[in-house]
Amino acid sequence: MKSSLKLALGLTSAITASTAVANAAHAEDLTLCWAAWDPANALVELSKDFTKETGIGMKFEFVPWTNYADRFLNELNSHGKLCDLIIGDSQWIGGAAENGHYVKLNDFFDKEKISMDDFVPATVVGYSEWPKNTPNYWALPAMGDVVGWTYRKDWFSKPELQKEFKEKYGWDLGPPTTFDQLKQVAEFFQKREIDGKTVYGASIYTERGSEGITMGAMDVLYSYGFQYENPKKPYEMEGFVNSDKSVKGLEFYKALYDCCTPPGASNSYMGEGVDAFKSGQVAMHMNFAFTWPGLQKDENVGGDKIGYFVNPKGPDGEQFAQLGGQGISVVSYSDKQEAALKYIKWFANKDVQAKWWSLGGYSCLNAVVKDPKFPASQPYAQTFLDSMAIVKDFWAEPSYAPLLQASQKRFHDYVVAGQGSAKDALDGLVKDWTQVFQDDGKM
Amino acid sequence: MLNRTAENVARATPEPLARKVRGISDKGLAWLFISPTILLLLAINIFPLFWAIYLSFTNYRANRPNEVVKNLGLANYQRILGDKDIWIAMQTTAHFVFWTILLQTLIGFTLAWLIDRKFRGHAFWTTLILVPMMLSPAVVGNFWRFLYEPQIGLFAYAISFVTRIPPTDIQMLSNVSLAPWSIIIVDTWMWTPYVMLICLAGLRSIPEYIYEAAEVDRASNWRQFWSITLPMALPFIMLAVLFRGIENFKMFDMVNLLTGGGPGSTTEVASITLKRQAFESWRTGYSSAFAIILFVAVFGLANIYVKALNKVKQR
Repeated sequence: MKSSLKLALGLTSAITASTAVANAAHAEDLTLCWAAWDPANALVELSKDFTKETGIGMKFEFVPWTNYADRFLNELNSHGKLCDLIIGDSQWIGGAAENGHYVKLNDFFDKEKISMDDFVPATVVGYSEWPKNTPNYWALPAMGDVVGWTYRKDWFSKPELQKEFKEKYGWDLGPPTTFDQLKQVAEFFQKREIDGKTVYGASIYTERGSEGITMGAMDVLYSYGFQYENPKKPYEMEGFVNSDKSVKGLEFYKALYDCCTPPGASNSYMGEGVDAFKSGQVAMHMNFAFTWPGLQKDENVGGDKIGYFVNPKGPDGEQFAQLGGQGISVVSYSDKQEAALKYIKWFANKDVQAKWWSLGGYSCLNAVVKDPKFPASQPYAQTFLDSMAIVKDFWAEPSYAPLLQASQKRFHDYVVAGQGSAKDALDGLVKDWTQVFQDDGKM
Repeated sequence: MLNRTAENVARATPEPLARKVRGISDKGLAWLFISPTILLLLAINIFPLFWAIYLSFTNYRANRPNEVVKNLGLANYQRILGDKDIWIAMQTTAHFVFWTILLQTLIGFTLAWLIDRKFRGHAFWTTLILVPMMLSPAVVGNFWRFLYEPQIGLFAYAISFVTRIPPTDIQMLSNVSLAPWSIIIVDTWMWTPYVMLICLAGLRSIPEYIYEAAEVDRASNWRQFWSITLPMALPFIMLAVLFRGIENFKMFDMVNLLTGGGPGSTTEVASITLKRQAFESWRTGYSSAFAIILFVAVFGLANIYVKALNKVKQR
């Protein structure tokens, strides 16, 4: 009896001990939350090195873009502990900072000698700082991204098309440098027969549900002279959001949608754009730079068949591009903040950042992107660099969500549904945004 | 056998507990049994309703839990009732409800009437007709989106075959005039079988001898339909209209999957607006007020309708 009792006790202790060891190991596992897209797969690969170095396991929670904001903002708002680290969208930074979702990283950066001067300035402002342009950091720039364009180099280089284009428009068919040129190229290709297939001019952002049409329209409006507010008086929008130049920009976007997009492209965003380009439907394709590595590798449209160009200039020569991308933050509700900070420290390392770029992520570290070998490292590297130098971003206020919803509605109503005029849409937008800021007590 | 088991249980029950159980009245026992259900109902239905009513008078935002919640009185209600976009969404909803109910009732009743003829193979056709209703709305929404696709969709090709309009010009989901109809078509395709089933139950409940008496009186088929079939099936038809009306007033999944409320705001029904305000703009107080308004509207209309239904049944 005694021996069987001892055996039972021994077994119980062994099981308890082994479970405790296993739990201790799992207790150190970190969960990183991000969108489900190509760079996320690259990050999984990259993070294996972190586990090798530190013994800390990495788990990942990736959500498709269409649900990304809903899912993770809900998680943060409910103070959930699912994510220890989060790569949150640039526009979330204000709300996440003010509502205490992210850990402030200034002390950590000082202690670990991580300097924000080592990162591309636009990404520091866009992904890390709140309030903007103040040294208050809530994230480490993780994934640089910007809206740019790809085009079918093989179609552009067809002699018969080049000849016809030159005769019609008086300049050589090539990547457009102004929006007027872009529209001419798009018109030229619209409904043209190429290799026995009907093709179309351009794929642009028109999605209604999340942020698509705002990202696309803003990408054009900036270069036409749109400004969010009076630079001298914050939140004064009348005459800036709805200036004559902004109206012309929005009219241009609608004209581009009406004349030169594939049939049925009324709800198109990143995925639909990639599909349209990959399936050989369009001559040009507006999309975030993160899509470029995948397109470059594509058997049908990649390699020598694809080219890249920076967002064109507006009528006055101004040239801007819509910022994308994200910073990586430590979630303040996580019980594993120390381990999460270890990950941030590891991720900021130059060698890790260089590998990040080689795997398909877009590093924001100056040491990587200013390396003399960088522009030649990938066919799209120079376009990425040039684009990152001209970025502008949407509001990053805590109320970014209602601000975005208002622009989604106003732009879609005008551009896709053809309701009212561009002036009506932008006047309405000023009204909506004013209401949001009034509700916030900022006006 | 049962009695013996009961006796055994009674004998095995400790005396203090047995005394307590004997002390419970029938009514008490009934309450004891239904109380878990009532508690569950209170927790997941009644409490959220009262909580939403409370929130509707505040400026609460779920994404800013640390902010001080202010009482706004009736301000949210005033703002909603004065908001042009809300009224447009309500009009869109009314348009959608009207056309779907009209089409589903007409087609559903016709199908039920045909199936009721009990022709050869009618059981097979009944099953086949019921298939759309058995599918998940997510599946239906996604495959109709492909069917409507102007470049590869079968729907566009079928219409093009008949009308000779190029399929790429048939943009069901992108065209402002066609988009509302694209949703009406899908909803009608999916839910007509449901209306048909209810109508069929109504038609089968009409006693055969009434028709036999009408035959004796040499009433024509048309006369029999207007004087017997339709009046006697009317309560069932009205019930189907009530069910579909309530469902379609709340319609969300199909619209969200097919058009997302677009192009522009052309198909933005009230539930889409509500979702955008609640979970995208995070105006929790405002959207709670909107939800209460919608609830009162549906509840009020349904009540009036049920009274009318009762009158028809009493005739």
